[in-house]
Amino acid sequence: MRLELEKRAETSKRMSVLSPLIAIALTGISVTLMFIALGVAPLAGLHAFFVEPLTSVWSWEELLVKAGPLVLIAVGLSVCFLSNTWNIGAEGQFTMGAIFGSVIPVLYFDFTSAWALPLMILMGALGGMVWAAIPALLRTKFNTNEILVSLMLVYVAQYLLDFLVRGPWRDPDGFNFPESRLFDAAHVLPKFGDGRLHLGIALAVVAVLLIWFLLAKSLKGFEIKVIGQAPRAGRFAGFSQNRTIWFGFLLSGAFAGIAGLSEVSGAIEQLTPVISPGYGFTAIIVAFLGRLNPIGIVFAGLLLGLSYLGGEAAQVSVGISNKMTNVFQGMLLFYVLACDILILYRLRLVRSAPAKEAS
Amino acid sequence: MASGTELIRAKGISKRFGETLANDNVDLCLNKGEIHALLGENGAGKSTLVKILYGALEPGGGSLHWKGNLVKVANPAAARKLGIGMVFQHFSLFEALSVAENIALALPKSVPLKQLCADIIEVSGKYGLPLDPTAIVADLPVGIRQRIEIVRCLLQEPDLLIMDEPTSVLTPLEAEDLFKTLTRLADEGCAILYISHRLEEVQRICHRATIMRHGKVVGACDPAKETAASLAQLMVGGDVHAVDAGAQAMPGKALLQLTDLNHAGEGAFAVALESINLSLHAGEVLAIAGIAGNGQGELFDVISGEVKTKAAYDINLLGVPVGRRSINDRRRLGAAFVPEERLGHGAAPDLPLSENVILTRHASDKDLVRAGLLSRGAALRSERRLAAQYDVRMAHENPEARALSGGNLQKFIVGRELDRSPRVLVINQPTWGVDAGAAALIRQALIDLARSGAAVLVISQDLDEIYEVADKIAVISRGQLSEPAPKDSMNREQIGLLMAGLGEAKQAKAGKGH
Repeated sequence: MRLELEKRAETSKRMSVLSPLIAIALTGISVTLMFIALGVAPLAGLHAFFVEPLTSVWSWEELLVKAGPLVLIAVGLSVCFLSNTWNIGAEGQFTMGAIFGSVIPVLYFDFTSAWALPLMILMGALGGMVWAAIPALLRTKFNTNEILVSLMLVYVAQYLLDFLVRGPWRDPDGFNFPESRLFDAAHVLPKFGDGRLHLGIALAVVAVLLIWFLLAKSLKGFEIKVIGQAPRAGRFAGFSQNRTIWFGFLLSGAFAGIAGLSEVSGAIEQLTPVISPGYGFTAIIVAFLGRLNPIGIVFAGLLLGLSYLGGEAAQVSVGISNKMTNVFQGMLLFYVLACDILILYRLRLVRSAPAKEAS
Repeated sequence: MASGTELIRAKGISKRFGETLANDNVDLCLNKGEIHALLGENGAGKSTLVKILYGALEPGGGSLHWKGNLVKVANPAAARKLGIGMVFQHFSLFEALSVAENIALALPKSVPLKQLCADIIEVSGKYGLPLDPTAIVADLPVGIRQRIEIVRCLLQEPDLLIMDEPTSVLTPLEAEDLFKTLTRLADEGCAILYISHRLEEVQRICHRATIMRHGKVVGACDPAKETAASLAQLMVGGDVHAVDAGAQAMPGKALLQLTDLNHAGEGAFAVALESINLSLHAGEVLAIAGIAGNGQGELFDVISGEVKTKAAYDINLLGVPVGRRSINDRRRLGAAFVPEERLGHGAAPDLPLSENVILTRHASDKDLVRAGLLSRGAALRSERRLAAQYDVRMAHENPEARALSGGNLQKFIVGRELDRSPRVLVINQPTWGVDAGAAALIRQALIDLARSGAAVLVISQDLDEIYEVADKIAVISRGQLSEPAPKDSMNREQIGLLMAGLGEAKQAKAGKGH
């Protein structure tokens, strides 16, 4: 008796919805086993990781603060991934967006007009786009591998940030700490609620609606999907693969850049050597868990946002390392990609062994 | 030639792929030391048969005797163990590795590399196929790469060597060396099954020939005793179908003109197009015959505009020089295109049919896209109309393209273009792999379109089809196109000769050397 994968005649609509849920269930089982291995009562562990962070209004707001950049980056990446272009460097574009967006608050801190914030957001988008343009250019001109180029540029961006906050952009009144000056009130995104909730979450919602409209309604969205699924048919339709690569990279770069600017201007309010707990990488998981669908990405962003809070909560209440967050995210991506096979194939139990062939 | 002793006998071999019977009760017998040609058009079932002999495909029925014993060849490794070697048309070599390393990978037992190098030099020298075992494959030309494959087979001392169109990648001089090697091998008692459709070669080196057509063996002969013409006739079939094409109106003005069109191919296996001239008139169906891989795909791509040519004036469509214009510009002028590959080129497999309507009509059909936004309703209405009009059968409303059978998908794709009432239609292999009913419907539609005043260009490998639909016939061979001539003035023999390369300027020159 053995298991066999049998190709389906058509994409299974039911499995498109179910496969991420199966992946989440399998991840839950694996996390439970890990808790047992670590000597933590599994129920207490799961409670600390997934439920505790949702028991106060403050932490709900904190969840949105974490989910905002994840969703914003992930919807941009989904456009890239749908067109079969692999931008793995959103973390770097996030960092460059933060750096470009901080030019006004750090260097021109006297410029406090109402135009300052919109300009900063534009600069953030520009920073992400500039960084994303490098892999796009190298890919379309020289056919380099965009996965490697975009990924390597993450580290370049992070070292550039590190250099700036330790060198030229260091706060003159900051007792030599590697930090920029604190942003002026005019350079901080408007806040809501009583926690740290800021305008960034609204930008994420706008981005979700925009991309949903683009993909569901427009010819451009159709072009992106065709190029991704069947490049030869795309060429036959008169669509250009290079144009689609540029579009995907610039769009996802702009969104990641805005997310970076929102993080420093909305949450941190200054530049520090580390400004992200890996949002740009986690957003890749969010995009796939959301099945590259803007609405799915909202839910996926909330779950992955929760994993950041859960890791911290579990460290405090049951005393396990907050590295649990990374393990959870990694397993989730693994299961999501594995379960995707169920959409095009069905599992079948084959009872008899194949007849032995004599030679 | 040590003849007489039977080496391999295949009896009643059958193999079915979906709706098509690729091998239908095929018999084949080879003697020791014999060079045996397997002749046939593309799709005749030659490759299927040899893959079965080599264990790469499982036969649907029939038996195989090797040196008198009934055997079952489960896989290529088993075939090699018996003493059957095969050189494929497309090589499987690791470019970054050396010649010796590549050969070592294919050997059943591990041999010390030093020993192997010595063996390679000995064997390759003996058969006139000099090889440097330390050379890196990436640096070697195609002809030498083929030598590696051959030497790889010879090292295992085969009794039967199968070669799939070996000269298709060789220059005439390289081919000459290969013939010497093959003759030498045969003299030593090794049988060679030689697949080709180049009649000249077959006549020169082969002792016997088996001819296949539409999956069946249609004849066997001694090629030396036949003329190229009689072989060609056997290969493409002599039976002429009754044509029900209706009378051709007086040919109208030229709607598509190719003038001295040259185009270098992209990639290693592409065919370059050389000074192609063609004039396609309103009201006529012009068919381009030829064996697969002689530049048909490349020609289709430049006419459709998927690939642009260097000069604008070498392609004139409806009075407009379009060599540098995009495919959608050409569609807007009134042209329509149907490529050879249905899934992945003519249609996106994972998209529903309604979105596949948008695929080729988004630029020319104003109802489908308004201000950059898709009108799914209009697309769905078009899809329903096409399905009804062209008899596209499907399990449920608006399925994904890949769920349709080949014939139904082709009816949809052809219908999608005909529905636009194009003034010029270019179609590559209109009924390849399509069931008889769908094929008849499509062919009739092509004729009807031409009779209504449009110009139709059909690229096809199927001579029966060409005789059924065409008013004029031209033949493409290694990127060169023969002068189109009225159907009545071309018989199958002439077409067969042109297809086999006898009309090429280059081929004639190369032949004079001997």
